[in-house]
Amino acid sequence: QDKGVRSLSLAGHVGFDSLPDQLVNKSICQGFCFNILCIGETGIGKSTLMDTLFNTNFENFESSHFEPQVKLRAQTYDLQESNVRLRLTVVNTVGFGDQMNKQESYQPVVDYIDRQFESYLQEELKIKRSLHNYHDSRVHACLYFISPSGHSLKSLDLVTMKKLDSKVNIIPVIAKADTISKSELHKFKIKIMSELVSNGVQIYQFPLDDETVAKVNTTMNGHLPFAVVGSTEEVSVGNKMVKARQYPWGVVQVENENHCDFVKLREMLICVNMEDLREQTHTRHYELYRRCKLEEMGFKDTDPECKPVSLQQTYEAKRQEFLVELQKREDEMRQMFVQRVKEKEAELKEAERELQSRFEQLKRLHAEEKAALEEKKRLLDEDQSSFGKRKAAAQLLQAQSLTANGKKDKDRKK
Amino acid sequence: MSEAVLPDAVVSPAVGGLYGEKAGGPVLDFSYVGIDAILEQMRRKAMKQGFELNIMVVGQSGLGKSTLMNTLFKSKVSRKSVLATAQEKIPKTVEIKSISHDIEEKGVRMKLTVIDTPGFGDQINNENCWQPIMKFINDQYEAYLQEEININRKKRIPDSRVHCCIYFIPPTGHCLRPLDVEFMRRLSKVVNIVPVIAKADTLTLEERDFFKKKIREELRANGIDVYPQKEFDEDAEDRMINEKIREMIPFAVVGSDQEYQVNGRRLLGRKTKWGTIEVENIAHCEFAYLRDLLIRTHMQNIKDITSSIHYEMYRVRRLNENNTMVAHANGIPEHHLAAHEM
Repeated sequence: QDKGVRSLSLAGHVGFDSLPDQLVNKSICQGFCFNILCIGETGIGKSTLMDTLFNTNFENFESSHFEPQVKLRAQTYDLQESNVRLRLTVVNTVGFGDQMNKQESYQPVVDYIDRQFESYLQEELKIKRSLHNYHDSRVHACLYFISPSGHSLKSLDLVTMKKLDSKVNIIPVIAKADTISKSELHKFKIKIMSELVSNGVQIYQFPLDDETVAKVNTTMNGHLPFAVVGSTEEVSVGNKMVKARQYPWGVVQVENENHCDFVKLREMLICVNMEDLREQTHTRHYELYRRCKLEEMGFKDTDPECKPVSLQQTYEAKRQEFLVELQKREDEMRQMFVQRVKEKEAELKEAERELQSRFEQLKRLHAEEKAALEEKKRLLDEDQSSFGKRKAAAQLLQAQSLTANGKKDKDRKK
Repeated sequence: MSEAVLPDAVVSPAVGGLYGEKAGGPVLDFSYVGIDAILEQMRRKAMKQGFELNIMVVGQSGLGKSTLMNTLFKSKVSRKSVLATAQEKIPKTVEIKSISHDIEEKGVRMKLTVIDTPGFGDQINNENCWQPIMKFINDQYEAYLQEEININRKKRIPDSRVHCCIYFIPPTGHCLRPLDVEFMRRLSKVVNIVPVIAKADTLTLEERDFFKKKIREELRANGIDVYPQKEFDEDAEDRMINEKIREMIPFAVVGSDQEYQVNGRRLLGRKTKWGTIEVENIAHCEFAYLRDLLIRTHMQNIKDITSSIHYEMYRVRRLNENNTMVAHANGIPEHHLAAHEM
């Protein structure tokens, strides 16, 4: 009881006992949403179990064992039973456990779950939002299919479940339970549960706080993990057609509680706890994701002086910071650019100078050579002219001497 | 990085599904999955959590607000009945006083908060007397918003938002007064208003019909949208039901918490020299319609409209005004800022 609130007794029938009905009617109009994630090795029977659980033939096709990495395939269906409309999304892993190196196998699953939380968070943070129209794709239940080895959990199972237990409600099931005998099954279940506990894996516990269902939930909690068999084929047993698997040595009836825990799984998953699964996803797993995400982005509820800080203030402070940072980076870039331009300019100037000096040098060289050549030419010319003179002089002398000799000769002859 | 999720396919299940037309045997035996059990689960959860309802009553003093509240919830829920401080003076300004009760009926628990507004319309100068009321309503929205944007949120945010405001119109028989029009015009934008004609036993049936028609015309002329608002009708069925209600508002009510013997039965009523007015008799007054609307049929709808429409509008306004402030501070055009840039 809140303080300041007192209890009153009513003197007559007021009529607000119809409130739950009003609420339920509204939900019927809106429809419900449920998302199941099935994790298990290829061929372990995930699709068959879903078909059996919801009594329909979902479109599914066998996947190959040679997927290079784990992928997730999500399919959405609109189902209706009496006046209840359910939008069911079944997400299956493809290629889980097939790779040689399974170290990163859990990552695509974690990423998928986070992505759904993220898109809900984005919608919630929008200014103009429409949460009641929003198609909730967050994973409400995760069925983890354990291989019926009969011994213990594989390390892949432990690693994957440990990574997922704080993000989603995990319900482990033992697949293909018709391959294990009753006594082996009992030992197997105990071993699995003790391994989960000793590794600190928190699986989904059926809630015990409501007296109407506490008893049945407690019993069921003791039967975890459920050993299931799936089948959509019908076999005639007695005078009825039942869903079963026919072997030469007998018929395994899916809905026979002595044969497997299928009915228990259906009861717990759908008939009794569907709403609780949805609520846990929203109030526990989603809130945890939201808290971590917002804290990661730097938001706090109280500042260093422990005064409450509004999201708005923090956001504005962040925005300021971001803008300041942007400005700084812009300045830095501008400075760098200016620097580079200067450097390049200097380089180019240097080159130009060099070129100029070389040009000058060459010019000088040419001039010198030209001068030298001219000098040589002049000398040559001089030589030539002096030689010419000497030649002329010599010729003259020769001519003179010839005529002189000729005269002498003439004289002698006479 | 390669796409790790293959595209969704939305399909309806193949024939032979939940409504399996399988040969031989009743359909339910083989096809029953149990999806409709979720209705029961929801009901259980709602019963466990309990409900909250916050009603505000506004009107001049002496119009019978407290009595009507007591009649509606068949117990002494109004403040006056609880705090029996003898002489209550009419306050000089409008005050807001709320009181909460835990009531239970057939396993359904409800926390009912009745918010009283003594002093409304009682002054000589009544200008702006709606302001404290608007502020109170917006403060509740603000408190809820603050809780919602916390990092560490409470599992269930306490809902103190005003779901419904009952406005008491004095039975003049003529038309709405300026105060009525002003108040309803402003507040119909932020809260669900249900106008009622108080002390309707002073009007004859013809006077009552005339008065109601006049009021409806005036509301229409002033663009006042009272509950159930036309624009929030969801489908044809809703519209049909709500149209019938809209033709009857405002309800002419009489309140009483005294029981009298009438025709061998004990009934709530007002005994006068000329006869006994039976409160729950629809031939005498429309209290039963009001009760059915508020409590038995439309309570959830009233709460939904408050949370998904009025509160959301407040939130949009509030978040946008922060952006405007920041934008003007930085000289950045407003359309660059959007909260989902986070």
